Amino acid sequence: MTLQISTSVDARGLSCPMPIVKTAQAIKPLTSGDLLEVLATDPGSVKDFAAWSRTTGNELVEQTTDGGVFRFVLRRK
Amino acid sequence: MTMIVERPDEVASQPLPPVPEAQAASEPEGSVRTKQLVIINWSGELDKVWPVMILSSTAAASGVQCKVFVTFWGLLPFVKDQKRIIGDNWMQKMLTLMQRPGIDHLKLSKMNFLGMGPWMMGSLRKQYNVASPRELLEAATALGVEFIPCQMTMDMFGLKREDLIDEMGEPAGAATAIELMTEADASLFI
Repeated sequence: MTLQISTSVDARGLSCPMPIVKTAQAIKPLTSGDLLEVLATDPGSVKDFAAWSRTTGNELVEQTTDGGVFRFVLRRK
Repeated sequence: MTMIVERPDEVASQPLPPVPEAQAASEPEGSVRTKQLVIINWSGELDKVWPVMILSSTAAASGVQCKVFVTFWGLLPFVKDQKRIIGDNWMQKMLTLMQRPGIDHLKLSKMNFLGMGPWMMGSLRKQYNVASPRELLEAATALGVEFIPCQMTMDMFGLKREDLIDEMGEPAGAATAIELMTEADASLFI
């Protein structure tokens, strides 16, 4: 089953806190239930996206790694 | 004497005020108020303004309401780019002559070495693709972080409201800072 992604954020190469800042800006205009995909290379983002999901209530649906690139799928609260 | 004897009975006979518990119980789950972070931005140094910008922008990005009270040396980075020497008298002018204002002219609190330190820090920043204080300040204001300038510092340093960046809020004083800190879930002095 493939998830229907509404928007993608390419945060590859960016350092903390820009992947989170860009994600927050991108998720804002979406409607509740929409899925947002984020690509990041910052190793700290693994813990940070889990924490951000808990703080904001936007659910972390999926998290994968592929050759140093982390992919997060978040569902808009 | 009789008063002293009677008072504990009175107190004991009174039912406990049920208000706070009842309120807490009646609140539907998940409807907690927005969390608040308050930062006192005091130092104005690169290695301290930077974390202020990182934490405030991340707080706002995390749905945490963030207010930054900007005071003392911390006010100089918030001066508009085109301003250089500011003040009404020679002492105030000397201040901005010795510490160039603006977000791009911050000194390090240690290992400044006449600007070598900040230059190397900037070079490392670019190499590792870290956002600059300016980029983070722009992100923070766009995400709704409120920067509140300290009126007393503005007066003492000879800074007018129009000398400071337009994105800043209305100037306020210590009592405002105290209210913000005591109401907030977390407060930092950086």
